[in-house]
This record gives sequence, structure tokens and C-alpha cells, in this order.
Amino acid sequence: MPGNVWVVAEHWRGQVSEITYELLALGRELADGLGVRLDAVLLGHQAKDLAQTLAADTVLYGDDPALAEPTAEAHSKALAALVSERQPAAVLLPLSNVTGDVAGLLPAELDAPLVTSCRDVRVTDGRLEAVCLLYGGKMDATVAAGAGAALLGVLPGVRSADKGRADAAPQIEDVAVSVPAERRVQFGKYVEPEAGDVDITQQEVLIAVGRGIANEDNVELAQELATALGGAVCGSRPVIDQGWLSMSRQVGKSGAIVKPKVYIAAGISGAPEHVEGMKASDLIIAINTDADAPIFNVAHYGIVDDCLDVLPAVLDAVAARKG
Amino acid sequence: MKILAVLKMVPDVVEELEIGEDGKSLDLEFLRLIVNERDEHALEEALLLKEQHGGTVTAVALDAPDIDDVLFTALAKGADRAVKITDAGESLSTRAAAALLAKALPAVPDLMPVDLVLLGCSATDDLDGQSAAVLAHALGLPYVGVVSQVQADAGRLRVMKEFPGGVLGEFETTVLAVIGVQAAEKPPRYVPVAKVRAAMKSGGIDEVAADGPADVAPLEVLQMTKPEASGQAEMLEGSPEELAAKVGELLTERGML
Ligand SMILES: Cc1cc2nc3c(=O)[nH]c(=O)nc-3n(C[C@H](O)[C@H](O)[C@H](O)COP(=O)(O)OP(=O)(O)OC[C@H]3O[C@@H](n4cnc5c(N)ncnc54)[C@H](O)[C@@H]3O)c2cc1C
Ligand SMILES: Nc1ncnc2c1ncn2[C@@H]1O[C@H](COP(=O)(O)O)[C@@H](O)[C@H]1O
Repeated sequence: MPGNVWVVAEHWRGQVSEITYELLALGRELADGLGVRLDAVLLGHQAKDLAQTLAADTVLYGDDPALAEPTAEAHSKALAALVSERQPAAVLLPLSNVTGDVAGLLPAELDAPLVTSCRDVRVTDGRLEAVCLLYGGKMDATVAAGAGAALLGVLPGVRSADKGRADAAPQIEDVAVSVPAERRVQFGKYVEPEAGDVDITQQEVLIAVGRGIANEDNVELAQELATALGGAVCGSRPVIDQGWLSMSRQVGKSGAIVKPKVYIAAGISGAPEHVEGMKASDLIIAINTDADAPIFNVAHYGIVDDCLDVLPAVLDAVAARKG
Repeated sequence: MKILAVLKMVPDVVEELEIGEDGKSLDLEFLRLIVNERDEHALEEALLLKEQHGGTVTAVALDAPDIDDVLFTALAKGADRAVKITDAGESLSTRAAAALLAKALPAVPDLMPVDLVLLGCSATDDLDGQSAAVLAHALGLPYVGVVSQVQADAGRLRVMKEFPGGVLGEFETTVLAVIGVQAAEKPPRYVPVAKVRAAMKSGGIDEVAADGPADVAPLEVLQMTKPEASGQAEMLEGSPEELAAKVGELLTERGML
């Protein structure tokens, strides 16, 4: 009898993360495919109430003060003990900035591989197969999960979150957790981002620039266009790392999740960490010199050309239309 | 402080990638490798810490095409020593590489113990794990990943870890930890080619043979494919002016103009 499918239920600052519901939706498909039950594993401190919304057959709830914050060592050790004891068929781990370190350490604890960057997982002939997004989104590797508990690191957006939200309260089982007595890594505090001059999540138009914009001066091209359209400029990670735009302008995993009416991506390759922050935009227009750039997989309209030529031309066209 | 910065080569994803004849891996023939961007940040963070606190920085890498250039560049940037682990085997998986490093590092003459091990976190070719976490575990050291600031003070490390929405989380640990670096406090420094050449002439790279391969089986890859477009972008064509006119139309349609 194979074990159940587990979803590690991520919560942060008192709320269940969206990705938890997405993984529960996927987990349900896998559990049905394997003919087993779906369990959510919720670890925390005084967090039992969060179990109510999880669409799992059973929520395994483990409580310890050491689990209050996402300190990876405590969480991975507690999880490893549970996995060893109960032998689930698969453990789905959110690949987010909150749980990412746990996804790194849990496999080490169990001396097993992590199948990472899964953008899909399915059951084929009774076995789990994962599709992993590699090379900044340019390749898919289909991987067979090996014997034993398959540890799967799953990217955001794998399924719609709606199906992972419970209509009725799930069954909750309290489980004993073992965390190390010594906390080698201690959580201190959270530091809020400095408020930027604009809130990019509130804009109808975003002109986003990536490494392809080449230098700081060229960011001005995007700024002019944004101004003409009453929107704002934002960027991908390398542009922020270079200091060409402030941190408050970053879109993606470590930055803002945006959903404007129009998102023009100039010189952005479309790495999964960027895409998770902008894929829900109503209209995405991508400008990139590389016809294979993964951004074209999420864009509605694509332009294979130099953004340094296209952006000024668009600015002229906008000016002409405004008359 | 004695700091180790670990560097690795990854495919340059801005280049065209082709699938190899086995249908399960990249075609290596025309593959352009570059140093993992996060590792450059890890090295930069190491150099910044050395500038603040004194000490030494050792750049370590497993042997790979073009790795000598990368190690000489690290020396030119200010690393005190460069170590290349040879005989590691080819195309190691992330997990195998971490296991191998965990075995090889303690065997490098005059290297361990150190105060801090910095690696980049998340490489674009990771399939079977996260090296920094696996290495930390194998060395029995504390680990924090996705870090964008590292401060050292009186035997303690204070790191800022990235959370969603631009929030940072402050974590504290002892020195002698493994940190997965997401970004250094400053963009990685630029070093002129002349300095790299000088480093090639003056400094050497210490080559240390790995003590047998890592005993880690790779994952079973069934196939490698190019992802299908989910949204099916409609491609616009024409001169920049023609393209701009079409974009103008789209913006008008959406009520933005
Ligand atoms: C834990 C973690 C969190 C992360 N969080 C984020 C995040 O929040 N946000 C984020 O963006 N990234 C994030 N990243 C980084 C992400 O993986 C990518 O490295 C990053 O998004 C790449 O940015 P880019 O597309 O601008 O650069 P590149 O990938 O270097 O792409 C540049 C693109 O520009 C194109 N180009 C070059 N010249 C031109 C030109 N003249 N005209 C048009 N196109 C041109 C190239 O073809 C290429 O496609 C994170 C990574 C990790 C590991
Ligand atoms: N083959 C390798 N040679 C040297 N360093 C490696 C190797 N594999 C992984 N690493 C290190 O681990 C980092 C990747 O961490 P991660 O992507 O989280 O697995 C790399 O960027 C390197 O610092």
C-alpha cells in the first residue's frame, strides 16, 4: 500500500500562502491518480486555525515554538522525522522564498534528491512524473520520481488555487514534532521594504525593463513611455541589483506581484522567478531580441527586435495618437 | 575572517540552447558556459566582508570548461587563493557536486576550517537539489539561503533573507555557516582584463584531486523538450515604426490612449 500524498502547507505572517492552495489542488489530482489520500502538513506555533481552509483529507498539525517562523532547520528536521515515520508517496514543497530553504534541507536530512523546479507533476502508469523548468525557463526536463518518498519542489502557479481551498473543515490530526533543542539559526525580525515613490501594484500600465536595456541611461526610454501612458517603470532583478531602479520597482518572486492592464516587458528573458510576478497581467507585450526567450510563452504579443529601437518608436506612436 | 566562495559554470541562457542526441540533455557542442550569476554575488559578498573585517577569501570550483578564467578573475578581483578540484567527473548533478565538495573541501591543504562558506543560491541548471543546503548539511553547518546582506560581528553572523514582496527577514547564526547568496550588497565588481592577465602571470591555481566520485545517483530524466507556449504570443513583425503603430493600436483598444 503506497503512502499518501503530502503537501507542506506554507503559511507566513499569520496567513496561508496562495501557493499552498495551488499545491493542494495538484496534490488532489496526484492522490486520486495513485488511489491514496491527500494530507496537508501544517507546522507552526499556535497556527492550528489555519488548517480550516486546506482542502486535504487530513491536516497533520505539528506545534512547537521553534516552528513559529520559517526557520528552515527546525522545519526540515520536524518534517524529516514525520516523513521517515509515515512514508508518504510524495511530498510537495512550495518553491517560494518562505519555504525554499526547507526544500533545500529536507532532502539532505533524508539523503534523497529533491526534484526541483516542477512546473507540473502527473501520474503515468501508476508512477509520478515531474516536468521541471530548467535554464531560466528555456527547457522542460521530464523526470521519473524514484522509489521511496518523492520530494518535489513545485513552482508557484502549478494549478488554480481555488481547488485547494476547502469548503468544509478538514479532519485535523495533531502530530508530535521533534525539533532540535539547539537553534543554530535564530529569527530576529522582519524589515518592511522602503516605500517607493510609486506603488507598482496599483498601476494600470507598467513598462518593465530587464538586463536587455543595457545601461542605466536607457531606463529613461522606458520612463518616458511610462509617463506618456500615465503608468510606471518597473524591472527584473538584474536591473534592481545594478541599482538602476529601486527595490520597490522589482517584479517577481522577491518583489511585487503585479496585475496591470498593460505590461510591456523590454529586454526581459522571462525566467520563472520573474514570470510569477507578472503573468496575470491583462495584456503582456514582450520585446526581446531572442526569439526563443521564455517571455514569449507568457506574452500575448511578441516583438523580436531591439528594445532600444522599439521603445522610442512606441513613444513616438503614443505621442502621435495623443495628438 | 576566512571565507570560502564557491563558483560554478552554468549554460548561458541568453544563448540558443539545443537538445542533445539522447533527447534528455543539452547539446554540449555549442553550449556557452558562464559563471553562475549568483556565485558572482557570493564572491562579491566575500570580498566586501574581507574589506570590512580583514582575512582571506578563497575561491573554489570544481573543474569545468573555462573555469580557469573564472578563478583568475576571482584572484584579480581580490581573492587570495583559488582552488580547483579536479577529477570530479563530468556533468555532475547539483546534489552530486555538493556531495563531492563536502568530501573534497576538508582534504584541501591549509584550507579548513573557515569562518564562512558562501555559495550562490539557485542555479538555472538545478534539477536534483540545492547545493548550498546539501553542502551545509553534509558539513554539519547551519544554513540560510536567499540572502542579500551578510554582516559579521564578534563571532556572530547577521543575514538578511529575502521574503516575498520586498520584505527582508533578519536571521542570526554563528560564524562557520553556509550562506546561499541571492545578491551582494553591491553589484559584483568589474575587473579589467589587464588585471586578470596579471593574475594569470603571478598567481597560480591550486589543483587538488577529488578523492573519488560522489556516490550520488542522478535523477532519471525521461526527456528534455522546449516548453510549449502557454499563451501563444502573437508575433508582431515589421520595422520599429510599424511595430510601434501596432502597439499604439493595442493600447488604444485597451483604453490606455
Ligand atoms: C530565489 C530567487 C528569487 C528571484 N526573484 C526574482 C524577482 O523577484 N524578479 C526577477 O525579475 N528575477 C528574480 N530572480 C532572478 C531570475 O531568476 C532571473 O535571473 C531574472 O529574472 C533575469 O532577468 P532578465 O530577464 O532581466 O535578464 P536575462 O535573463 O539576462 O535576460 C535579458 C534578456 O534581454 C534580451 N535582450 C538583450 N538585449 C536586448 C535588446 N537590445 N533588446 C531586447 N532584448 C534584449 C536577451 O535576449 C535576454 O532574453 C530570482 C532568482 C532567484 C533564484
Ligand atoms: N559543480 C559545481 N562546482 C562548483 N560549485 C557548485 C557546483 N554545483 C553547485 N555548486 C555551488 O552551488 C551553487 C548552486 O546552489 P543551488 O543552485 O542552490 O544548488 C552554485 O552556484 C555553486 O556555488
